[in-house]
Amino acid sequence: MATELTLTAKDFKSDQEVRWCPGCGDYAILAAVQGFLPELGIARENIVFVSGIGCSSRFPYYLNTYGMHSIHGRAPAIATGLASSRPDLSVWVITGDGDALSIGGNHLIHALRRNVNLKILLFNNRIYGLTKGQYSPTSEPGKITKSTPMGSLDEPFRPLSLALGAEASFVARTIDSDRKHLTSVLRAAAEHQGTALVEIYQNCNIFNDGAFEVLKDPETRDAALLRLEHGQPYTVDGVEHLHDVTDPDPTRAFALSRMSEPTPIGVLRAVARPTYDSQLNAQLDQAVTERGAGDLSTLLSGSDTWMVR
Amino acid sequence: MTSRVEETGSTFDESHPPGGGKQVRRLDRVVIRFAGDSGDGMQLTGDRFTSETAGFGNDLSTLPNFPAEIRAPAGTLPGVSSFQLHFADHDILTPGDAPDVLVAMNPAALKANLGDLPRGAEIIVNTDEFTKRALAKVGWSADPLDDGTLAEFRVHPVALTTLTVEALKTTSLARKDAERAKNMFALGLLSWMYHRPTEGTEGFLRSKFARKPEIAEANVLAFRAGWNYGETTESFAVSYEVAPAAKAFAPGRYRNISGNLALAYGLIAASRQSGLSLFLGSYPITPASDILHELSKHKNFGVRTFQAEDEIAGIGAALGAAFGGALGVTTTSGPGVALKSETIGLAVSLELPLLVVDIQRGGPSTGLPTKTEQADLLQAMFGRNGEAPVPIVAPASPGECFGMALEAARIALAYRTPVFLLSDGYLANGSEPWRVPEVSELPDLRVEFATEPNAPDGSDGFWPYLRDPETLARPWAVPGTPGLEHRIGGIEKQDGTGNISYDPANHDHMVRTRQAKIDGITVPDLVVDDPSGDAKLLVLGWGSTFGPIAAGVRRARAAGGKVAQAHLRYLNPFPANLGDLLGRYDRVLVPEMNLGQLAMLLRARYLVDARSFTQVSGMPFKAQQLAAVISEALGGN
Ligand SMILES: Cc1ncc(C[n+]2csc(CCOP(=O)(O)OP(=O)(O)O)c2C)c(N)n1
Ligand code: SF4
Ligand SMILES: [Mg+2]
Repeated sequence: MATELTLTAKDFKSDQEVRWCPGCGDYAILAAVQGFLPELGIARENIVFVSGIGCSSRFPYYLNTYGMHSIHGRAPAIATGLASSRPDLSVWVITGDGDALSIGGNHLIHALRRNVNLKILLFNNRIYGLTKGQYSPTSEPGKITKSTPMGSLDEPFRPLSLALGAEASFVARTIDSDRKHLTSVLRAAAEHQGTALVEIYQNCNIFNDGAFEVLKDPETRDAALLRLEHGQPYTVDGVEHLHDVTDPDPTRAFALSRMSEPTPIGVLRAVARPTYDSQLNAQLDQAVTERGAGDLSTLLSGSDTWMVR
Repeated sequence: MTSRVEETGSTFDESHPPGGGKQVRRLDRVVIRFAGDSGDGMQLTGDRFTSETAGFGNDLSTLPNFPAEIRAPAGTLPGVSSFQLHFADHDILTPGDAPDVLVAMNPAALKANLGDLPRGAEIIVNTDEFTKRALAKVGWSADPLDDGTLAEFRVHPVALTTLTVEALKTTSLARKDAERAKNMFALGLLSWMYHRPTEGTEGFLRSKFARKPEIAEANVLAFRAGWNYGETTESFAVSYEVAPAAKAFAPGRYRNISGNLALAYGLIAASRQSGLSLFLGSYPITPASDILHELSKHKNFGVRTFQAEDEIAGIGAALGAAFGGALGVTTTSGPGVALKSETIGLAVSLELPLLVVDIQRGGPSTGLPTKTEQADLLQAMFGRNGEAPVPIVAPASPGECFGMALEAARIALAYRTPVFLLSDGYLANGSEPWRVPEVSELPDLRVEFATEPNAPDGSDGFWPYLRDPETLARPWAVPGTPGLEHRIGGIEKQDGTGNISYDPANHDHMVRTRQAKIDGITVPDLVVDDPSGDAKLLVLGWGSTFGPIAAGVRRARAAGGKVAQAHLRYLNPFPANLGDLLGRYDRVLVPEMNLGQLAMLLRARYLVDARSFTQVSGMPFKAQQLAAVISEALGGN
């Protein structure tokens, strides 16, 4: 940035009325993101939020950046096209557990393996909020909802395990109500080159209230959470490990991603890998270096022409 | 001395060169079909013969026809691949109804194509493949070469495989590898028969096999051996000349081009002419994949190609790139369009430019992947939820794919809308001579991005849906532009501000406005060809049926019929003069390779009694067939 940017959270608030249910965890995440964005030092016009469909996906309307509220599940694909043709932009994806893991599962895993420079914030409330409370691919088995009156039957995804299986280079988890932790994870994601997946546990107080209560209640949370810090030790089953987010071997990160008691939060993995967009754009430069900038007239003529007089 | 009525039979002069050499006959046109196993290299052979013919200056038209399986079981009927080429000393419109010459590399190729041959056609057969086993595979208990099956044809039995292996004796190639060059022997022989130039093919072979020089030399040797065989053997007493089609072409520089190649070049040209970088998001599907392949070669034009995880991601990425200010394109076929529909609807709602290229194939479902059809018209027109109008353009010949790609881009960019370009398998793979345009002739497609706040209240606000009063297009403000930060989405928005709006009156207004924008697109008037000036019958088509319809019309006229012809390249909106035009004729005949989709639109829109003639066989119409239908419509027999 040529000039020093002095933006504040207020600069990132759009003029639109926020319309989530009172008490929804999405408010806290919005406030945290608006509070964090000035830190990036990136001008508003160079930031783009792309979302799918769901309560969570309304998010871009409330931010005074460029934004697109797209269609259900497809935000990672749309953002991939934007980020790879405009590497100058900071591109963020907002998605829900249904949006990212159900209808959009295919796009999510492919974005992760490609390592496009995208920051994906997955608001996991373990329910379909916008469609009024059906179970989601992260709902616990046996979940009683409107569409599963006798209990849901399917095994849920562990989003972070799925991401690691999809060759994600950055995987983290945080909680809506812990502003400080949420901000620190956003910071780490923003610093990462490539696709970052951040799972944010988000309370839907209307259809799945208290889903993460043990992780939030001051009485229970210390025992229920495993706070991960790069370079710091953590203990599981009495065994101490040194947390290394850069470990090229994903085994430890995978083991962490499957744990629930306690539940790890923080960055599980952050490894350096070339990004899709930088490599794509490097191929364009290489092609020009090797063959010169394309000449339309030469291209159209080809090598086999004849003259008619 | 030559016939000017296409496909009514060849005329020829004879000449005996002094010195008693072989006889040379002059023809005005020839249709050759190369047929063999999928693995025999018939498409390559046909392509090379086409190149030689184009370079020689004939007018030409081609029809590749191959199975969907890469290598169906060898020697079987489903495994037969063929390539038909029609070339002439005058302008022609189709790849020809029936071959004058069939090159059959094995019994399956002979059997699969025999039914298409007119009496007296020449057949060149590879006798080496006519073994008992190979014959049995296609259900022949006796050898058709000597049981009278071929009595009404002129048969040239040639031991193609043996002769090829013999010719390559001096090389170090194993017999099996040597045998593989037999298609080049056949090409050499046909090149001799029709006096084709050979340098191009030799050069082509040397560069194609540059990394395997011994294979390159073997192919060149086989090619020359085929030529020499024609020259020396007794069984080929006559060779033929088809003079260049000097009068058929306007002056200029020409090349041969297939529809998919022309389309890819048109997209690159649109990118250059608009000053926008090209972004292609695509998922492989026949017969569209070649556009992805071609564009991926031209990164030095700033072309980004993205092979997505599926069709939805392909169009999604293209739309994302368009939001960022690129010329976003997605290429596919019918099944892919089905998957892209929801995103096309989003693009309609976002009012962003986007090109959706549909190379139609036989349907429904997987249908006939390698065959042609034009049954996606109504899908393109209506295949979305809600009122979601999308402009549609359709090229009429392989070469036209270039110009129509530019037209699709013009409409998309000027009106900020997704645009469908409907091509099909026949245009995609078929080829014809194409006049290479000068870059200076190409349209100026430059667009202006929004750079300033536009709020009518004079504040520094930006209204993303404040429309141009002329085109109704909204401003295109790309990320990176300070002060114009805005949010767009698929939820209904208030006209002007773009804010989410559930207001009933606003929705009604927006639905009508989006429709009015598309209805108001300027497209050229439809031109009617009616030499008689008082025809009562109009034949109206769209897309790839142009050639066969025009050929059928020529025949009907040659027989004294008065018939007018017009061809639609713009299907949404229709040309402004279409309604008037239709009203001028007593009868309107609409031939289509579907069950009457254009006819349905015409009837609904103009209350005209359009009569359909339809065929959905996966193959293009034949001129003869259409001539008969036209003559019937004229009240003939
Ligand atoms: C193609 C399509 N199918 C279904 C829907 C309906 N729908 C909207 S949001 C949603 C689920 C949202 O769940 P989630 O992604 O978890 O978001 P949340 O509302 O919980 O934040 C569904 C099924 C839709 N909008 N589009
Ligand atoms: S339904 Fe749930 S997720 Fe949606 S806004 Fe209300 S509380 Fe939030
Ligand atoms: Mg949810």
